[in-house]
Amino acid sequence: MKNEPVVQIRGLVKRYGAKTAVNGLDLGVRTGAVTAVLGPNGAGKTTTVETCEGYRRPDAGTVRVLGLDPVADAAELRPRIGVMLQSGGVYSGARADEMLRHMAKLHAHPLDVDALIERLGLGSCGRTTYRRLSGGQQQRLSLAMAVVGRPELVFLDEPTAGLDPQARRSTWDLVRELRADGVSVVLTTHFMDEAEALADDVAIIDAGRVIAQGSPELLCRDGAENTLRFTGRPGLDLGSLLKALPDGTQAAEPTTGTYRITGQVDPQLLATVTSWCAQHGVMPDGISVERHTLEDVFLELTGKELRA
Amino acid sequence: MSAGTYAPRPGAAPLPRMIGAQTALETRMLLRNGEQLLLTVIIPTLLLVLFSAVDIVDTGAGRSVDFLAPGILALAVMSTAFTGQAIATGFERRYGVLKRLGASPLPRWGLMTAKTLAVLVTEVLQVVLLTVIAFALGWSPHGNPLAVLLLLVLGTAAFSGLGLLMSGTLKAEATLAAANLVFLLLLVGGGVIVPLDKFPDAAQSVLGLLPIAALSDGLRDVLQHGASMPWGDLGILAVWAVLGLSAAAKFFRWE
Repeated sequence: MKNEPVVQIRGLVKRYGAKTAVNGLDLGVRTGAVTAVLGPNGAGKTTTVETCEGYRRPDAGTVRVLGLDPVADAAELRPRIGVMLQSGGVYSGARADEMLRHMAKLHAHPLDVDALIERLGLGSCGRTTYRRLSGGQQQRLSLAMAVVGRPELVFLDEPTAGLDPQARRSTWDLVRELRADGVSVVLTTHFMDEAEALADDVAIIDAGRVIAQGSPELLCRDGAENTLRFTGRPGLDLGSLLKALPDGTQAAEPTTGTYRITGQVDPQLLATVTSWCAQHGVMPDGISVERHTLEDVFLELTGKELRA
Repeated sequence: MSAGTYAPRPGAAPLPRMIGAQTALETRMLLRNGEQLLLTVIIPTLLLVLFSAVDIVDTGAGRSVDFLAPGILALAVMSTAFTGQAIATGFERRYGVLKRLGASPLPRWGLMTAKTLAVLVTEVLQVVLLTVIAFALGWSPHGNPLAVLLLLVLGTAAFSGLGLLMSGTLKAEATLAAANLVFLLLLVGGGVIVPLDKFPDAAQSVLGLLPIAALSDGLRDVLQHGASMPWGDLGILAVWAVLGLSAAAKFFRWE
């Protein structure tokens, strides 16, 4: 079971009139993992997720969720998945606890609603109706509604959009708890740090296609090189330094007395650089390693800023 | 919450429990909303009391409450099944409530069943309240209770179809405006408080085909005049119900 994908998308195409939102997208989601679908606004993230949830019928391609067709097998699939929409989904006149209790009643073995309310800090909402809750409270209620039915798989569409940093951390913690308890999570985000902090797998989407998929570490390693910087005596013999370093590594002195080494920056490379400095009587000051982030990977792959 | 809290244990609740919970929630939402109460309770009550006590409109021979009570019952049905349901459903659609519930274990037909039950529960409360007030004003109804029940049910079906058609195709704001406007126009021109024979003959024959006119006329035939079964009015309501509900089923959009 562990190795079977919970979501398998092949060649998905979805058009709205003349606009193609998703254009031949392939994606596999591992059971028990947190998968982040990352991309700028308009990349096709929400359309992809809503096709998995059964809201959209593919124009081409196949989508299987828990082995089921989200449209044809909707009745069988819906009790098994949890859905957090990007916004709304609650009666404007309903209180937070009332709506959550209601969602619980639609399931056979729901979570303890009181404990969930406390866990997500919704207790302070009291008798306030949905339309008067803060944006953050509305987001947390929506998240609670997605998990209250004890699903096998949850889809969270931009779960931390509009949250303050503390609420964002709290949502991240909940996602980690879900994974620890064996729930598969698919979330969309345009926050790089969110994908890096949470995801076991990241699928980078641009213009309706997956352009890269893998663990954040793998994507960062494969997608871009890292940089080591230090300052020292001006005019060091970089040719001699390069001989000590692996092939493909580059070294430069962009401004007098500052040095930049680009390549596979790992502990071995760092040790080689510092011992070369020791041999040449150089004291390397301010050594810093710049690891490439998903943000760099994205920029490199698409030529676009993520939050443009 | 401790480890294992979220361990998957999915499953839908039994259908009767889901529909029951949905009905209870929908009814609470209807009764909690101030604008809805204005339409469904306050306006019908005020009209009944005011026009029974003060002879503003010539309601023909006999006590005015005997003319007014059946019309006000028809208005109550329209206010809940058409106006109230259209506005509420329009905003639920706009705010993604219908969409979100569409991803829950509750099937769509279950949601529509619950909405209908919530309308019926509200109508029962309205009928009880208005009947008590009418009796206090000296109302003496006649006729066949079965005919009254049949009229109320067919009227509810006709107005629900039209209300859902409107809320499922127009924008929420447009539904809000149109539903209120239609409510007002039908209140005046549908034989609720103003007898249809006050209108010119040509207008009468058209107005008489409106669902509100058929419902108030049918209720009046039975409750005021003791008719056994007002087949003509029942027929008009049945046609509206079939047209409205099938159009709603065809054109209703959930998002």
